[in-house]
Amino acid sequence: MSAEKEKELKSFAADIRIGCMKQLGALGIGHVGGVMSICDLMACLYGGVMKIDPANPKWEQRDRFIMSKGHAGPAMYAALALKGYFDPEELKTLNQPGTRLPSHTDRNRTPGVDMTTGSLGQGFSSGLGIALGCKRKKLDSYVYILLGDGECQEGQVWECAMFAPAKKLFNVIAFLDYNQLQIDGTVEEVSGVQEFGEKFRAFGWQVVDVTDGNEVSQIMAAIDEAKADKEHPSMIILHTEKGKGCFFAEGVFNHNIPVTKEQAGQAIAELEAYKAAL
Amino acid sequence: MENIKLAEENKMGEQEMRQVYAEAITKLIEEGEPVMAMDADLMRAIGLLSYQKDYPDNIIDCGIAEANMMGVAAGLSAEGFVPFPHSFAVFSSRRSMDQVFMSGAYAKLNIKVVGSDPGICAGLNGGTHQAFEDVAVMRCIPNITIVEPTDGAMVRDLTIQAAKTYGMFYIRMNRGKAETIYEEGSSFEIGKAVKLREGQDATVIAAGREVIEAVRAAELLKEEGIHIRVLDMFTLKPLDKEAVIAAAKETGAIVTAENHNVIGGLGSAVAEILAENCPVPVERVGVQDEFGEVGPADWLKERFHLTADDIVRKVRTVKSRKGMEG
Repeated sequence: MSAEKEKELKSFAADIRIGCMKQLGALGIGHVGGVMSICDLMACLYGGVMKIDPANPKWEQRDRFIMSKGHAGPAMYAALALKGYFDPEELKTLNQPGTRLPSHTDRNRTPGVDMTTGSLGQGFSSGLGIALGCKRKKLDSYVYILLGDGECQEGQVWECAMFAPAKKLFNVIAFLDYNQLQIDGTVEEVSGVQEFGEKFRAFGWQVVDVTDGNEVSQIMAAIDEAKADKEHPSMIILHTEKGKGCFFAEGVFNHNIPVTKEQAGQAIAELEAYKAAL
Repeated sequence: MENIKLAEENKMGEQEMRQVYAEAITKLIEEGEPVMAMDADLMRAIGLLSYQKDYPDNIIDCGIAEANMMGVAAGLSAEGFVPFPHSFAVFSSRRSMDQVFMSGAYAKLNIKVVGSDPGICAGLNGGTHQAFEDVAVMRCIPNITIVEPTDGAMVRDLTIQAAKTYGMFYIRMNRGKAETIYEEGSSFEIGKAVKLREGQDATVIAAGREVIEAVRAAELLKEEGIHIRVLDMFTLKPLDKEAVIAAAKETGAIVTAENHNVIGGLGSAVAEILAENCPVPVERVGVQDEFGEVGPADWLKERFHLTADDIVRKVRTVKSRKGMEG
């Protein structure tokens, strides 16, 4: 990846974070941690990796993205708005009555959202169904699916782990947002999904480990590596930081927390400064 | 009713319901419908295993993982396919309820969930496998259509109609043979009850395997001078409200009959409509809030009071209550 592209993606990631802050700041509360941790992935997917047409969200040949950790919808909405799927002004309507941007992603409400999620584990299965459908239609589309680490405590995730290799769904590239925190504590303490990569490898997946899952160059390299393997579904483990890039959320409990207008404003100013310094 | 022909004699059907279902599914595939028959390791039980080699792209075994199967079905539906995920009724409803609800119904997708061997039809599989609650849980899903085919002719017609009608379906179906109520080639209107017998003294509203019991009850009651209307309420949702209200107004008393808990199923649905529109005496034949238990279906029928004689008794009771209340 060129230095110029890397700078562009970092800038896009900062813009997505700003978009998230605008949404959560307007609302006054939200899933700050798990939204901020995946903005760099969103920047990579929507900033270059995915084959999409914002003017034609249902374009048959598009790549699909499923936000299985549905509560991170705001990160996806910010990326979609910045790509032109809808007016960024609409970001302020998050969770308001009648909004097209509900707390969890909904295929019937938001242009560019491919599947309805929210009950954890389910987006993984529906993503595999979409991958199977694409395969049956002989489309060369990739299906990208994002899972939370706490989400992987759901048994359904492990049903998926068995299903995708068995059905040869090599058009699947899944990501784990491995920020190691969930509502009630660390993922390891609550009910561990340790050695996640080893587990998925044992189920027949190609596993790519990204030591800094908030670093766009590493994410892009991992996706290239995943695509190079044509004989396995891929699982990319993103070692991320929950709340990354948001000064009041880093290092503290941040799953679903209040966001004041002042905090949002300061976070946006810091992100703008970060962008200017790139 | 013009597309429905009643069988002259209610003899045992020649084909098992599952054979009819499998034929209907493969016919749809042959005709180019984007049907995906899915299963959780019960393809053999539903009669589709032998067809898999001929239609490998349209018949998918998902393994013993019903939750994932329903989610995969949702994804296939989002891509324009028409999935028919099947398992035993206990697993198609209870076990994968949240997946059917959120990934399917809430997402406004198009999945035909098939639950086989409901209630006492699960017989020797015992209490763990006897779904007396599947209709109750499914009925709470907004906009879902719930059908319980009565015999082979209806299985064929409703399977084909379900494939061609967008939306969530729950098809509750016995796998084995059933007594013939309708002639082959009959076509049914989803949401419209079929009047099988006419009478003025009371109405029995039945579904599934209880329909034949209701027909027999009508014959037994005729011998004692009681004439009942019998409705085949094969669509459990949306319920044929007009037919229920008309039955209450015209016959003054209602008995429901179902192979299900009286809580949450046909009996509840009918009582809800009557309470709001035309309260008349109601008696409910069905499982009286109990778990199932192991035994042959014929024994279970007696054990849970689902026989024609049980219906006869309830009709006598409900008739005696006519005009006594109010």
